[in-house]
Amino acid sequence: MREIFVLTEHRRGQIRDVTFEMLTKGRELAEETNTELTAVLLGKDVKEYAKTLSEYANRVLVVEDTKLENFNSEAYQKVLANLINERKPLLTMMGHTSYGVELAPSLATALNLPLATDCIDLTFENETFFVTRQMYGGKVNVRAVVRKSESYIATVRPATFQPQKPESMNGEITEIASPLTEEITEKRFIEYVLPPPGGVDITAADVLVGIGRGIKDEKNLPMMEELAKALGGVLACSRPIIDKGWLPSDRQVGTSGKTVKPKLYIAVGISGAFQHVLGMKNSDLIIAINKDPNAPIFSFADYGVVDDLFKIVPQLKEKIYELKGQKA
Amino acid sequence: MDVIVCVKHVPETAEAEIKIDSSGKSIEKAGLVFDINEWDDYALEEAVRIKEKFGGTVTAITVGSEEAESTLRKCLARGADQAIRVDGKAFEGSDGYATAKILHRAIKDMHFDIILTGMQAGDDGYAVVGPVLAEMLGIPHATMIKKIELGEGVAKVNRELEGGLEEKVEVKLPALFTVQTGINEPRYVSIMGIRKAMKKEIKVLGLADIGLTENDVGEAGSWIKIEKLFIPPVEKQAEFIKGSPEEVAAKIAEIIKAKGLV
Repeated sequence: MREIFVLTEHRRGQIRDVTFEMLTKGRELAEETNTELTAVLLGKDVKEYAKTLSEYANRVLVVEDTKLENFNSEAYQKVLANLINERKPLLTMMGHTSYGVELAPSLATALNLPLATDCIDLTFENETFFVTRQMYGGKVNVRAVVRKSESYIATVRPATFQPQKPESMNGEITEIASPLTEEITEKRFIEYVLPPPGGVDITAADVLVGIGRGIKDEKNLPMMEELAKALGGVLACSRPIIDKGWLPSDRQVGTSGKTVKPKLYIAVGISGAFQHVLGMKNSDLIIAINKDPNAPIFSFADYGVVDDLFKIVPQLKEKIYELKGQKA
Repeated sequence: MDVIVCVKHVPETAEAEIKIDSSGKSIEKAGLVFDINEWDDYALEEAVRIKEKFGGTVTAITVGSEEAESTLRKCLARGADQAIRVDGKAFEGSDGYATAKILHRAIKDMHFDIILTGMQAGDDGYAVVGPVLAEMLGIPHATMIKKIELGEGVAKVNRELEGGLEEKVEVKLPALFTVQTGINEPRYVSIMGIRKAMKKEIKVLGLADIGLTENDVGEAGSWIKIEKLFIPPVEKQAEFIKGSPEEVAAKIAEIIKAKGLV
């Protein structure tokens, strides 16, 4: 029976969540296409993971090699190309993550297989592969058809599918000898670089004022600081603020920053690209201020204000102080 | 060090309202401001910094219509030595794969030590052009780069992983790197630079010049073809608070107070 491959993503001793999300979606696709779900696991001393994965898939293919100890797209590509050529899976899924982005495009090119990236939905209809993905920072969805092929590759956006453990799955674990007989010469993993220890722990704050591109200029930071102060909270932000160097990186909320769950999150001038939203959508109360009525942030917020943030923020600060019976 | 930087001319949409056009396959472009793709802007800056430190040249290249020349002019003004635009009617509908094929044909006979480009484009967000191009050229690549240190025949680069973590990787040169935003602080263009850039010639290449046929590019030569665009379905919609700024502020303050946060 043909297979659907899910590439296991793991780092520093842990299987990453996106793996289980893909296995869940993969199981659904396998049922629809009458194929089997196979977790592909590359690494060194990873047999422990294989047991966990076997509870989610019909089969776990394990390739162990010291050259696979840390993720290296050159090594991964060689192993995966072998597995895909031999077993011709209908589809190979991997995360649209720092690993998948590094690996999938060159793998697909080398194998001459079509690739669809950053998918938020995948479906086979009449033996045609369709995907849904986003454009323009999440403001538009696209349904796209993938070029006909015997085998497909897709990268899947993290946190898109809710992981669910099947009731009774006990996949067979198959060890495969590593095809990496030669040295990996072009790319070498050196080390992980940890973020510098930060001064402010935004994950501990009850109130966060999250600022984004919409604040326009560094000179508007004090206005935002004052609102945060009035609320007894601290400033957090989306990526552009860090890129511009207006706040230190420990204030970043989102996939490349921190995940926060404050009692109140006020999103000011943040459009709501998924990379940011993933880091804050579980906050107790979300209020968003943005001038674009169609900004994606409004589908995650409890309350929304479509207006010029520079008019709302100073007024809001005043009203908060009024309620507190204090002068600003 | 000779550096090629691949750039894209894209609409700025982060703060704009987007409407789907009548074809249902694209957005209404009228009224949108176009500029160099944000990620490519950082790649360009990194390219110019490498040239300033190690000598050599910077060549900017784009696949795009005449309108994209303003992005190439910006590259020239910021320190690129030459600019190439690859243009063709048949390119319409090209995905990242087809675009990489076009770039590959235009670049393959040029001398370079490093190719830089943005890790993705702000419009379609495929994040594939760089690594596909590297594979076609037979050179190694690394994506989502936050730092580049050049050595003898190798580069040590920091890749951005998730949650604030990075990894340091050594890559043999020549190589292709896709750049993540925040790697540097792109410089402003001087008036002098703009004036000089206006005089420079932009080389234009067509389909025949790069030895491809219509079947290699556009939808025919792509991995994926857009069927339709639609506004993302809303799972939950915020309750909109309306009124004058003062009224709105008062209502928000009440909501916050009701939650016991004031």
